[in-house]
Amino acid sequence: MNTSGTRFSPLRRLYLVAIFAFLYIPILVLIVNSFNASKSRTVWTGFTLDWYRRLFSNETIITSLINTLAVALIASVVATILGTMAAIGLHNMKRITRSLVINLTYMPILNPEIITGVSLMLLFVSLNISFGYLTLILSHISFCVPYVILNVLPKLRQTDRSLYEAALDLGCTPMKAFTKVIIPEIMPGILTGFLMSFTYSIDDFVISYFTYGPTSQTLSITIFSMTRRKVSPEVNALSAIIFLVVLSVLLIMNLREINAEKKTRMAVSAAIRNESKSHKHEHAADSNGGGE
Amino acid sequence: MKATRIFSAFFTVIMLLTLLTAAPPVFALESGWEIDYSDYDWTRLAGDNVTLNVYNWGEYMSLDGGDGEFDVNGEFEKLTGIKVNYTNFASNEELYAKLHSGGSTYDILIPSDYMIGRLIDEGLLEKLDFDNIPNFGNVFDIYKSPEYDPANEYSVPYLSGIIGIVYNTTLVDKDDDVETWDILWDEKYANNILMFSNSRDAFMISCFRLGYSPNTTDENELRAAAEELKKQKLLVQAYVMDEIYDKMGGGEAALAPYYNGDAAAMIADNPDLAFAIPREGTNHFVDAFCIPKGSKNKEAAEIYINFLCETLVALKNSQFVGYMTPVKTAYEALTPEQQANTMVYPSDEILKNTVTYTTLSPAAKNLIDSLWTEILSEVGASPWMTPVVLIAAVGISLWINIRRYVKKKTATN
Repeated sequence: MNTSGTRFSPLRRLYLVAIFAFLYIPILVLIVNSFNASKSRTVWTGFTLDWYRRLFSNETIITSLINTLAVALIASVVATILGTMAAIGLHNMKRITRSLVINLTYMPILNPEIITGVSLMLLFVSLNISFGYLTLILSHISFCVPYVILNVLPKLRQTDRSLYEAALDLGCTPMKAFTKVIIPEIMPGILTGFLMSFTYSIDDFVISYFTYGPTSQTLSITIFSMTRRKVSPEVNALSAIIFLVVLSVLLIMNLREINAEKKTRMAVSAAIRNESKSHKHEHAADSNGGGE
Repeated sequence: MKATRIFSAFFTVIMLLTLLTAAPPVFALESGWEIDYSDYDWTRLAGDNVTLNVYNWGEYMSLDGGDGEFDVNGEFEKLTGIKVNYTNFASNEELYAKLHSGGSTYDILIPSDYMIGRLIDEGLLEKLDFDNIPNFGNVFDIYKSPEYDPANEYSVPYLSGIIGIVYNTTLVDKDDDVETWDILWDEKYANNILMFSNSRDAFMISCFRLGYSPNTTDENELRAAAEELKKQKLLVQAYVMDEIYDKMGGGEAALAPYYNGDAAAMIADNPDLAFAIPREGTNHFVDAFCIPKGSKNKEAAEIYINFLCETLVALKNSQFVGYMTPVKTAYEALTPEQQANTMVYPSDEILKNTVTYTTLSPAAKNLIDSLWTEILSEVGASPWMTPVVLIAAVGISLWINIRRYVKKKTATN
């Protein structure tokens, strides 16, 4: 009974395979189709790399890809800075005001995207800002900030306040204590917040749909606009490339993590060994001294 | 002495003039094509740092796709020195929403017929200065002064097409009459019929079948058309738009109404397919250039429209998209085989038997929208599906929980 948890029974293995198939078959179909000579997604007429070649000279797609990446980068950097500052402020608030403000900052996450999109559009129109890069970046920042707060706050709760106080006692200025103690402590939270903002920003369609302008069309909108005629197969090629990039980034990160873990484990075991050795020496020295 | 000097000066001027006229000014485009610009000043705004914001349907213009296709915007930029910002929309309604909400600074729009009528009615379009668009003279007469723009003050046609039925010759009986909308209601093809997922085109088909005008605003007629669409729903495999390409290409369905230019592309991919134009009549749609109110670069926009009506440019666009070009000189530049392709260029008789959509009254539009929602949301062939799935889900979760509970009990005992 107890051992079955660690070994895979055939049924469990089947379940695992089914789940991975469910997750990855659509992507696999897309990648296979990006090599299909025919424009059709159902008939295979031969292998080709044409779509990849054409992708890089398709100005509409490349421009919107650059737009998407630029907006995502700018918006997530700004949102990370804003969100981290907000989280630190929130952390030092009184309990009641804190919970109130936290709930308010979660509104954009809980709100249906379409409402956020429409209200942002109305705001920009009433402020007479014409739609373009600025509106797109502002709206992306506004929905990314809550994700950063959401990731940084728990890290702040985990940090020991006395560490910061100790730094002050040892002669740090508050600013130095903040950059040397607090920031490194909450760095993992800031990084996750940044990555989440970046992915959500790239992912976003609904809010961009309401706030894009004549100069700033993102990839999701370009693809959507193709649906009257036909989504061109270059999009398959692009999606395949994006998938591979994301997959390799994930793999590299995981490998590095495993390596780092191995190193620390080795270092720890080495340290333990050294420790026990030196203990023995001390013991020997003690007993010798006692003898004399 | 003086006289000879004057004479020689006069002579050089004459020489220069003859030289200029002997070699007509020609702009050699990147792709090796040439545009004669002796009679039109393309470069008048070259130094002004003008940027045009063009808003077009997706995949609806020949831009460089890597196969040496004609890059319309690139060539325009090189010829005129005017920069082009090109963005896309997916439906007329999306364009309307963008324009209506304000805050957008577009210079060129390419909406369809009925939307142009609506934009004119609401005063959202700028009147065109046709002196800047001499190439409008190249347009076929039947496209001039259309119903949606009766005085032809606001629009210049870009591309057009008609709706017909795409069918798979291996799945449809040879003896069956495909040149009628009735075949989309034929029970023999139950679950093998695809239908438009947009209300305007779906109601057009139903109205023509019943002998009504597709622009009807009569409530009884619209309700009758909706009743027919409800009956058809039992036979329809799916309500789709561009998925038709894959479904028909892969032989998943036998019949589907669609646009003629796209049908030609589908047939090129799958030779089993064919196209028929129902004799009851059909819709002839036109997408046309307009300039929205508030455009800051109206003259540059008119130069752009003129460029797109150039014979060569119109030809390239129509070949890339696969739709009919309204530019007569571009049509004449097609190869005889292309001209003879009645699928893309139907005969005048067929065109006479078509109707262009007009702007519907808000009341009729709302009625169509609510009827269409009713049609789509009505539970079709299997009303038992939802409760059965629900009961099964509840049952399974109950069973799992009970089993777990029993196991726990036996384990503790």
